[in-house]
Amino acid sequence: MNIVVLSGKGGTGKTLVSTNLAVYMGANYIDTDVEEPNGFIFLKSVVEETAYVEIDIPDIDKQKCVMCFKCVDFCEFNALAKTKQGVLVFDKLCHSCGGCKIVCPVDAVNYKKKNIGIIEKGKANHIKCIRGVLNIGEPIAVPIIKEILNNLDDTLNMIDASPGTSCNVVKTLEYADAAILVTEPTKFGLHDLGRAVKLVEDLNIPFGVVINRITEENNIIKDYCKENKIHILAEIKHDKNVAVLYSKGELLLEDDRYKEIFESLSNKVKENLLCK
Amino acid sequence: MQIAVLSGKGGTGKTTIAVGISEVIKNSTKIDCDVDAANMHLFYTGEKITKEEFHSGKKAYIEIDKCIKCNKCIENCKFDAISEYNNEYIIDTIKCEGCGVCNLVCPVEAVRLKENKVADIMQVRLTDGKLVRADMEIGADGSGKLITELRKKADNNNITIIDGSPGIGCSVIASIVGVNLCLIVIEPTVSGLSDLERILKLVESFKLKTLVCINKYDINQDMTDNIKRYCEENNVEVIGLIPYDDAVIKSINELKPITRFHDSLAGKQVRNIAEKIIKIGGFENECSDSV
Repeated sequence: MNIVVLSGKGGTGKTLVSTNLAVYMGANYIDTDVEEPNGFIFLKSVVEETAYVEIDIPDIDKQKCVMCFKCVDFCEFNALAKTKQGVLVFDKLCHSCGGCKIVCPVDAVNYKKKNIGIIEKGKANHIKCIRGVLNIGEPIAVPIIKEILNNLDDTLNMIDASPGTSCNVVKTLEYADAAILVTEPTKFGLHDLGRAVKLVEDLNIPFGVVINRITEENNIIKDYCKENKIHILAEIKHDKNVAVLYSKGELLLEDDRYKEIFESLSNKVKENLLCK
Repeated sequence: MQIAVLSGKGGTGKTTIAVGISEVIKNSTKIDCDVDAANMHLFYTGEKITKEEFHSGKKAYIEIDKCIKCNKCIENCKFDAISEYNNEYIIDTIKCEGCGVCNLVCPVEAVRLKENKVADIMQVRLTDGKLVRADMEIGADGSGKLITELRKKADNNNITIIDGSPGIGCSVIASIVGVNLCLIVIEPTVSGLSDLERILKLVESFKLKTLVCINKYDINQDMTDNIKRYCEENNVEVIGLIPYDDAVIKSINELKPITRFHDSLAGKQVRNIAEKIIKIGGFENECSDSV
């Protein structure tokens, strides 16, 4: 059972919700925000195992290459270029589709492995945690996300996704049984929540919303949820102390005042998302 | 002259600061490069100058009447995008990356590749300068190429202010290539510092002039000191400390730039930062009517 925590807008509290909820529910914590993974900081995870993520990139055998440039013409990602000396490979643009090898008439394309990041596995607070870390300067994160999600345990997994609604998030949602959308009651939050809602609806994933930093006077997200018949799973009050705990890298669960937020959220998740 | 406002971590105040700076640096072109969570345009009304569709990459489609179900496309697709459903081969357009391998291996030409619409690109004339933004299809890929396209609309005679996306991946790389100055907005949190280290390494690898400002610096003074120390050790100048200020939420909800809240301490700091950027970047000539 995989629950993906996403947000549309960045910085609304995905990591806050997913780390605390994973610990409270005893779920595995999985960080697929591989460009900026932060969950391990809060969980104080001890890494026990590190694996490298490698992708296949073409390696042109100059002895065999007849400079027909069929591979260059074929490549949809402009990862191969024609030069006087032969074919030049731009490995950062390569999607590892394998087409250049198929199209080559003289079998001059081999593949070599290229490292783009790591996957770390460890333990914290009696739960298992996994995160991906993209190498700095690498543009494509999807292969790391895929590698993590293809090898999950068959138990409850709480998955902390990237902000936005682009390919990293879409890839993560391919593995989702349910989703929690975390937002904040601002016009930015509302605008980006609308996009995230559209995405999970398009993918037919059951979901609910967590409103973070809610104040008495501001109901724009509540009104939106009511209008669109969207379930509100939790409301976390605007509280400077929460910001301070977060800034120090502490879990909210460590403070008894906030425990009931996650107790209630956990119940709502079980009632509304897990039984479907 | 191009300035990119970045953050690594999301939600640290990039848009608030980019919009605030745009109020001080007159007649700028504002480009919202946070294409899958674009918020900058919410602040502006203006006359749409152009609207065009942006296509990037392709998606494969199978013509059922031609398909002989030989399985070759399924075997060769590296993205697991093709499967058999109700006795027909179908392509999952979300998984499809448009590489064209299925088309290449199909013996009966049953696969077609169609151009994929990624976004509408809009240019809007404002009372002060111009806004360039995209309305991206939900779930579409190709944000890097889209950002490159948006940046082509920059006007070389004016200053361009880029509102970047969080992270360090293709969207961010496409947003910073060739800019003159990066302003990184960070919050004094442990995760903020961790993300700052990663984004600084990225901008360093492009050898870009970089400045840092700490937003809500007073929510954790110790962490603010740590960040300042880290920046000093790495020869990066911290050009502003913005205090926590409820006027920022007001600014977002009233869609009025923070610099127009004249009693706001955050607004004053953003104005200071903009003026420092003008000096550091040597933009005085471009901004002569404003400073």
